[in-house]
Amino acid sequence: MTARLVLQSADITRALTRISHEILESNRGASDLVLLGIPTRGVVLARRIGEILDSIEPGSGTVGFLDVTMYRDDLAKNPTRAPSPTQIPSGGIDGKTVVLVDDVLYSGRTIRAALDALNDIGRPRAVRLAALVDRGHRELPIRADFVGKNLPTAASERINVHLVEVDGVDEVTIEGSES
Amino acid sequence: MRHLLSTKDLTRDEAIAILDVAEDMADVAGREIKKLPALRGKTVVNLFFEDSTRTRISFEAAAKRLSADVINFSAKGSSVSKGESLKDTAQTLAAMGADAVVVRHQASGAPSVLAESGWIDAGIVNAGDGTHEHPTQALLDAFTIRRRLHGAAARGRDLDGVSVTVVGDILHSRVARSNVWLLTTLGARVHLVAPATLVPIGISDWPVTVGYDLDAAIAAKPDVVMMLRIQAERMHAAFFPNAREYARQWGLDDERLALLPAASLVMHPGPMNRGLEISAKAADSPQSTVLEQVANGVSIRMAVLYLLLSGAAGL
Repeated sequence: MTARLVLQSADITRALTRISHEILESNRGASDLVLLGIPTRGVVLARRIGEILDSIEPGSGTVGFLDVTMYRDDLAKNPTRAPSPTQIPSGGIDGKTVVLVDDVLYSGRTIRAALDALNDIGRPRAVRLAALVDRGHRELPIRADFVGKNLPTAASERINVHLVEVDGVDEVTIEGSES
Repeated sequence: MRHLLSTKDLTRDEAIAILDVAEDMADVAGREIKKLPALRGKTVVNLFFEDSTRTRISFEAAAKRLSADVINFSAKGSSVSKGESLKDTAQTLAAMGADAVVVRHQASGAPSVLAESGWIDAGIVNAGDGTHEHPTQALLDAFTIRRRLHGAAARGRDLDGVSVTVVGDILHSRVARSNVWLLTTLGARVHLVAPATLVPIGISDWPVTVGYDLDAAIAAKPDVVMMLRIQAERMHAAFFPNAREYARQWGLDDERLALLPAASLVMHPGPMNRGLEISAKAADSPQSTVLEQVANGVSIRMAVLYLLLSGAAGL
């Protein structure tokens, strides 16, 4: 198994900065924006995007996190997963534009679970999706609105996203099967 | 987790994991839509051979919030009163496709029999068996203490150094037993106070200290005072002269409440005998956690059912 470096720290920062600008552009400003990170690394990415938004338009980076464990469709097929906390910003999500933030977009099933979870919490005006890496292989009709990097992969390969806050280093690598 | 039969065989990490999942479940109770889809299509049977209102409806609420289907089976007015054995009842439930069975039984060990007999494949949750254990009660008590002490930062914490005084009928109390094992596993120091007639034989092997004087225990300023219910239905002998004598010596009355530090918690598993083991003033004081315990009970039972039922079998 070899791990190939795809994104370095500076690449990740650039991608997040671009995503932040795209979010502001598509939202026509910073009003009524709520960033919701999906644990674990989506939360870190949402916080970073929130900081960048705040530096561009102060007060615009409202960040929360949304755990989707209980809404997954594969609960009964895997060992028991411990849920993570959910924290919705005090203003709620009703009428807001919610941007879901995750590290890797793959089958789309996590995002489907997140949409179900949002449904139980409130009624946003719109839901957008930001992902650091889109690796393809979608199993559901879901696409990202903001993508850090499109990485065509084989299903047998593994994408590892490491972030300083969780893993002590900022990098994205591909682990390949040698075939 | 396959079954939850007692708190004695829970490790510290397992116990904390249950409490942490319960924190997430408690968050759901604050939402407009208090429901999660995690156990959709699972069937939970509440099998109650003994009267219970709060534990049964607590389990029922917990299962329903997780979208499981609930079947309530109480021995009264059922085939059990016609003489059906526990084995036949269990096999009947298995044939109906129960995924989990929540059992309350007057005989100590009945849930373990169900779990180990092979009569039924479902996960078994002990909801109180005789004078043995009542694990979800102890878990909700630990959860309540942890939340009051640590607030929002409670996740991952144990109860290291917390002093808990449990007062009342230790002899017959499964709540006391479950709490002794769980609270000491979590690092708390447990002190038991009871009339000498209501202290079980062999208590010297328990990881606790024992006293007979409630005033001395209160003077030691415990962080938590847990009052146990005097269970008239289990008292088949004269363990104390009369109710007034018990209330005077071992009841948490207004005077003793006043001597307790303002930060100490007053707990009671309910249902309360007001004026006997606890005065109305103590039960309704801001120190009392009685209603929080009820609310937290639903969160704890959601966590237990989730951990029992959500994963793939055998993993």
